[in-house]
Amino acid sequence: MQKVTQLPFEKPIYEIEDKIEELKNLSRDSGIDLSAQIDTLTKQAEEFKKKLYNNLQPYERIQIARHAQRPTFLDYVRNITTDWVEFHGDRAGTDDRSIIGGIGRIDDRPMLIVGTQKGRTTRENLEYNFGMPHPEGYRKALRLFKHAEKFNLPIVTIIDTPGAYPGIKAEETGQGGAIAKNLLEMAKLTVPVISVITGEGCSGGALGLAVANKVYMLENAYYTVITPEGCASILWSDASYADKAADALQITADFLLKSKIIDGIIKEPLGGAHYEPEVACENLKEMVLKGLSELDGLDEKQIVEDRYKKFRDMGEVKASLF
Amino acid sequence: MGLKEWLQSKKEQKNLDRPATAALIDDEVGKLWTKCYNCGANLPSKEVEENLNVCPKCGYHFRINATERIKQVMDLMSFKETEANLGSVDPLNFKDLKPYKARQKEAQNKTKLNDAIITGTGKINGESVAVAVMEFAFMGGSMGSVVGEKISRLMELAINKKLPVVIFTSSGGARMQEGIFSLMQMAKTSCAVSKLNENKILYITVLTEPTFGGVTASFGTLGDIIIAEQGARMGFAGRRVIEQTIRQKLPSDFQTAEYFLKHGQVDMICSRDNLKETIANLIRLHASKK
Ligand SMILES: [Zn+2]
Repeated sequence: MQKVTQLPFEKPIYEIEDKIEELKNLSRDSGIDLSAQIDTLTKQAEEFKKKLYNNLQPYERIQIARHAQRPTFLDYVRNITTDWVEFHGDRAGTDDRSIIGGIGRIDDRPMLIVGTQKGRTTRENLEYNFGMPHPEGYRKALRLFKHAEKFNLPIVTIIDTPGAYPGIKAEETGQGGAIAKNLLEMAKLTVPVISVITGEGCSGGALGLAVANKVYMLENAYYTVITPEGCASILWSDASYADKAADALQITADFLLKSKIIDGIIKEPLGGAHYEPEVACENLKEMVLKGLSELDGLDEKQIVEDRYKKFRDMGEVKASLF
Repeated sequence: MGLKEWLQSKKEQKNLDRPATAALIDDEVGKLWTKCYNCGANLPSKEVEENLNVCPKCGYHFRINATERIKQVMDLMSFKETEANLGSVDPLNFKDLKPYKARQKEAQNKTKLNDAIITGTGKINGESVAVAVMEFAFMGGSMGSVVGEKISRLMELAINKKLPVVIFTSSGGARMQEGIFSLMQMAKTSCAVSKLNENKILYITVLTEPTFGGVTASFGTLGDIIIAEQGARMGFAGRRVIEQTIRQKLPSDFQTAEYFLKHGQVDMICSRDNLKETIANLIRLHASKK
């Protein structure tokens, strides 16, 4: 595997690790036994890592969620499915590559898997439009949802998007309407739907694939009504207040679980999914299967009702006269 | 192009050329004289008001508040408000430069409303309806938990009483201060529309100046019939966000009602003076018994 790119807040760890490497080289070149010092430093590094990664600030988690080496939709598909077949296009003129969908087996069970795809190279980013769908992407997803419903396949959506694309063509072909239509149609699906926010879960662009019976998040993923940068530029008139906005918006998995917006948190390897992608994939697979097993007893009507009730109850109001 | 069409297109061009921000300045209705943003005419306020807050000279539609909208659209004395005392909480204890609680108080004092929407039942030219009107003056008409809950309850009431639903939108989008709870109102209201559909209830949305973001991406565009009020601007993303993303200048008519009609996103554009009868007629056309 290629070397992990470090994030700014990880600098202290890398400094200790460099030190350890130096001591090892010195020991080898000079023949002096430095194993005691190396052990101590190694232990210190481990302790420090645990402390750092278990106390991440929201904006640090966002940096992990956006890490260029974070597993993408296709990484998950490659790691957790067999017999995968991709289906293309919205049947109305477009195949939006920022949303990919197909059928594959997870643990032998065929299911529809749809998600947003991000790229790692410039060429890929152009192809996948940085994981920012146009209306045609949402319509392709909806076409596939209906396909799954017809053949009684469970649906899994895997979401990592900075939001629906804000552009001229996207407005002309009805970005708002396409997302709205998905919200409405997903509410009625008679098969179990499981959504996982794996990285960025921004705004209506994410929700348009996430009206699910079970919504899960990876430990360092974030789910928000607006990007912290967008929020900061409106409310603080300065996008550089994004860390403050990230705190205020409460976008982390633990808060969202406590608030019953999501149903579970998928553990990541220490430091984030990109350090051990296979582990993250395996954990995601386990959670998806657990969620499905919890829904397996429900008939079609109960599946719809379960989802409806979940979203009907969201929000906080009070009776008051100001 | 005939002379009449040419004049008309000139007029429309002028309409479209007005800066987007002009529409965001509070209308100066209430003062003795009103200056039209579009044609610049100084008009007696009373005359403008009597003309449904439409400029008698050029037809420019001034933004109106929710109370005025209800007065204009609902039959005299027919409107009965529902859920008037439903208020917001502050689930995130949100604070930017100002605490959310302070912003709520300010908005309440300014609008005399609990939140950014009025719901109720009444009649439109004799036709019974369940109606909701969003209030842009309340924190930009943003959708938080109260807006989502009141729309859901209104739709449930409409199903119970078998009433058509008419919603006048006017919103900058989601209410950031309620974070994820605000986002979830998009799902909640869309689920409520799915129940309307299941019960074959007619649902008309009237997109008024301005309708953006979370409202466009949920109940705003889920109407069986979507009407855009003349002069309204609408869309998913805001103009500034799009310009920053694509780094190019947008066409001058971008995100106007006319623009969305041309691109097939709305059923019709309706001027304010035709709105009431248009809605009533649509209700009658859809009221046939099986
Ligand atoms: Zn005028």
